[in-house]
Amino acid sequence: MYVAVKGGEAAIEAAHGWLAEARRGDPSVPVLSPDQVREQLSLAVARVMAEGSLFDEDLAALAIKQARGDLIEAIFLIRAYRTTLPRFGAARPVDTARMRPIRRVSATFKDAPGGQVLGPTFDYTHRLIDFALAAEGEPPAAREAAARAEATPHILDFLGKDGLIQQEASTEETPPDLTRQPLELPASRPLRLQALTRGDEGFMLGMAYSTQRGYGRNHPFVGELRIGMVAVELDIPELGFAIEVAEVMVTECETVNQFAGSKTEPPQFTRGYGLVFGQSERKAISMALVDRALRWRELGEENVGAPAQDEEFVLYHSDNIQGTGFVEHIKLPHYVDFQSELELIRKIRADAMREAAE
Amino acid sequence: MTGTAETDSVIEPRRAWLSLLAKAPAASLARLWAEAGPAPAHEVLRRPEIGAVMARGRAGGAGAPFNLGEITVTRAAVRLETGEEGHGYVQGRDKAKALTAALIDAVMQTGDAPRLRAAVLAPLAAEMAAAAEARARKAAATKVEFFTMVRGESE
Repeated sequence: MYVAVKGGEAAIEAAHGWLAEARRGDPSVPVLSPDQVREQLSLAVARVMAEGSLFDEDLAALAIKQARGDLIEAIFLIRAYRTTLPRFGAARPVDTARMRPIRRVSATFKDAPGGQVLGPTFDYTHRLIDFALAAEGEPPAAREAAARAEATPHILDFLGKDGLIQQEASTEETPPDLTRQPLELPASRPLRLQALTRGDEGFMLGMAYSTQRGYGRNHPFVGELRIGMVAVELDIPELGFAIEVAEVMVTECETVNQFAGSKTEPPQFTRGYGLVFGQSERKAISMALVDRALRWRELGEENVGAPAQDEEFVLYHSDNIQGTGFVEHIKLPHYVDFQSELELIRKIRADAMREAAE
Repeated sequence: MTGTAETDSVIEPRRAWLSLLAKAPAASLARLWAEAGPAPAHEVLRRPEIGAVMARGRAGGAGAPFNLGEITVTRAAVRLETGEEGHGYVQGRDKAKALTAALIDAVMQTGDAPRLRAAVLAPLAAEMAAAAEARARKAAATKVEFFTMVRGESE
């Protein structure tokens, strides 16, 4: 028998009313504007855009405010919003070699053209709480120097010229889209990269860390990490040509990993790749490590049974909206399910006690 | 438009101003457009519509394309009384900006183009170039200058 129950409308309404009040906090403290979130919590905005899979800084800032700073809740809001948008088309792949990076570092080559550009980084800070930030006052203007006019070439191109690293075969194939078709395994690398770039940063970090600690070790160097604006080109059918329809900040990480070779090919370095919306370098590095770990089959490596090599495990558990939906739903009413469990355990106990008494 | 094949000399400038308008700061565009005088008589062919464009990257920066995530884009289309059609595709969710871009695209196909270029496009381009240049200058200031530490006795 299925017994439907209704109720709780008034309680839900009151709860949402209190939520709105709690979101506002103490009214004697000035209200936070989405502009302030966008400008002053920009790395939170970047994360919400990357995992929400929608580049829109204003929308991400508003979602963070609505979610009271719960970033996964904000990502949920963005994911829900994006399903309401008609898709005008798919852009041409961004050309990261044309980027004028605000940050570009390499752990492998000190003197590459373009050099080591630190950009606005937390690296080399002492991680001491800066109490001055609790006070009013503006920071001094950032220092400036003569800007580099030329494009900054990808560092791994230098290894590629000598055949020392595996080359990426350029294709124009339309990639699969997991927002349109359900994820199917085995997944192609483009499908995996889509899942990784929108996957949870914490999950990706844990998976990447596990490879470094020995679970599917792949000996990575950060060949290059770059952050900057790239143009997004879209073919406009009514015009018959492409325009740059947007400009977005991305973080790109290319790793140089240990070798693959075969009877026909001499050993080469291999590569992992991370590309993420916004300034998100922890995520981009993690993505590159996990991408590399998942490539064991195509590179002819052994599957050592490491979690990061397990495509099904990684791809089915990296999405924080799917994860939070399933984990958190168990707090919602399961009265009838539990009732049947309760009846079952009573019966089993009664049987067991009767047997013990006999 | 006549429907004959357009030459690069027509497409390239149009591609450039449409790309500029798409990425332009909305507030600056609105201000410059308002200062440029009243909009010419026109009808709206496509009311501003908010949508998304799927951005793509390439595996390893150079290999197979993959879906990176979507970007909000707003589009609109207009036709001037004199017949020119204008299309606006702009980044973000700003309907007024899309309509303005479409109107500018249409006017840029008329004899009024030089005036509009000077009043709107040139200052916009200058503002955006200055912002990019400022970013590049700040980046340049954070470039590491390595120097070699000499160790041990010399000679």
